[in-house]
Amino acid sequence: MTDPVLSLSALTRDFGPFRAVDGVSLTIRRGSITGLIGPNGAGKTTLFNMVAGTLKPTSGTVSLNGTDITGLPSEALFARGLARTFQIPRPFRRMSVLDNVMLAPPAQLGETVFGALFGRGKVAAEEARLRDKARDILAFMTLDKLADQPAGKISGGQMKLLELARALMGDPSVILLDEPAAGVNPSLTRTLIERIEELNRRGTTFVVIEHDMDFVMRHCDPVIALAEGRVVFEGSADEARVNPLLLDAYLGAPA
Amino acid sequence: MIGLISYLAFFATMAGILAIVVLGLNLQWGYTGLFNGGVVAFFGAGAYGTMILGGRPEPGQFGGFEWPFLFALAGGVLLAGAIAWIVGILTLRLRHDYLAIATFGVAVAFESIARNAEWLTGGAKGLRGFPRPLEAAIGNTFVYGLCFLAMVMAVLAAVYWALQRLVQSPYGRALRAIREDEVAARSLGKNPTRLRLQSFVIGSMIMGVAGGLYVAFYAFVSPQDLAPILTFQVWAMLIVGGAGNNRGAVLGAFLIWGAWTGSGFALSKFAPAAMQLYTGPIQYILIGTVIVVMLLWRPQGLLPERITQRFTKTASKVGTTSKGAF
Repeated sequence: MTDPVLSLSALTRDFGPFRAVDGVSLTIRRGSITGLIGPNGAGKTTLFNMVAGTLKPTSGTVSLNGTDITGLPSEALFARGLARTFQIPRPFRRMSVLDNVMLAPPAQLGETVFGALFGRGKVAAEEARLRDKARDILAFMTLDKLADQPAGKISGGQMKLLELARALMGDPSVILLDEPAAGVNPSLTRTLIERIEELNRRGTTFVVIEHDMDFVMRHCDPVIALAEGRVVFEGSADEARVNPLLLDAYLGAPA
Repeated sequence: MIGLISYLAFFATMAGILAIVVLGLNLQWGYTGLFNGGVVAFFGAGAYGTMILGGRPEPGQFGGFEWPFLFALAGGVLLAGAIAWIVGILTLRLRHDYLAIATFGVAVAFESIARNAEWLTGGAKGLRGFPRPLEAAIGNTFVYGLCFLAMVMAVLAAVYWALQRLVQSPYGRALRAIREDEVAARSLGKNPTRLRLQSFVIGSMIMGVAGGLYVAFYAFVSPQDLAPILTFQVWAMLIVGGAGNNRGAVLGAFLIWGAWTGSGFALSKFAPAAMQLYTGPIQYILIGTVIVVMLLWRPQGLLPERITQRFTKTASKVGTTSKGAF
């Protein structure tokens, strides 16, 4: 495990007396598609939220590309190359699909009051550049025909693709995907998987929470299993497939 | 004829001033989703601030510095902005209905101060006497009325222009994203606290501009002008016109102000003598009815928000082919 993109050290989170995540130490290998599995309540999403800055850890540290990011708010992380999607998609419903994507890059010139009022030429040039990039990304995600639709009017699966498209606008080094395949029809899931694998070939690291074992076993390496807030397994998909603990506790009896 | 034109000018001046207030609320609610239930406090801060700085001195009364109008107006606007900033720091973590309750409370507190701090605000009888800009130079009351209308329209146009620039820019896009989903906006690097506070302060300062124009127009301000009904009127204007659309905001202001003055006129003319005492409450009921009917029948307003901004359609020629590398 050389050159980790993310490393978690003794990460812990309590909710009152309940310890949701209990001293998790992990490294996420650069260039991997790491699968995070575990039964409901194992602490997967809590772990995600701590890494993504939505929740502050009770103790422990997170570092991204070698820099300590523990406790930084989520808005500070996107610019540092960490992006995420949500279990239940969160599109900006009353904005066009294109605007959803163009919004994403941080620190835009036209994003300050002064820039918006007085930066006409520079802002227009920046907008033209962002629009081209957004259209390329939308085409890549097969959403180009929907660019002018309100994001609230597209299907749930398309919303998942849109979330990934938004994330790509920030050229992230790592993307956290929270159940990308849940509630998506098989054809869109296929598109989503192809795109994830293509992006991964180009160097993007993915960490994926997923309940669809078929997805995890086929596309994720390594696989990490959580139970009751602790790491109970870490290894390749092939090892996971034959691990008695996982078979017992989570995967059920082999078919 | 002159009488009719004067009346129309009077009507349009007042409608124009209210349209500026509605534009300020549209930035807050229409684009950022901030529920300001205390519009009247920021309008009042502009009005009282301008009056105290620019008004005529009265014995035993603080203020009356007779500053030139533009400076007095700037002072009033800054006061509105300062109050908004303090309220914003304290309440912007509050969402929706909670923010509405908090700002409504601020408006009640502001009205209470205006009514009781006699040394500063003249108490219940208010402040009177304002040297209206260029009035001496123009002389003729009729001509002056038209000139004042022209000034209000110029300010309205300037505010409209500046707001259009803001909301059609990446700044406006970020505001709308905060309005739609704060968690998602944060995950994409936007700072909701900064954007909400800025939008709240700028919108409130625009309301302060309208308050300053109002006090120059009437040369009088009193706690009567801070009654909560003004907040509801302004909300009715925005809801009818179309939240998230600045043209809608202006249209709504003129329509509702027309309906308000028209209904007042009709009631005083045609209502039976026994009902005359109740024309005010009847108008309140009408405003409430308009809001409810509009929310049921056409919640997006007469001119709804445009989801696809015009500027996104003028895509540049580069980048129409996907080369795969972003």
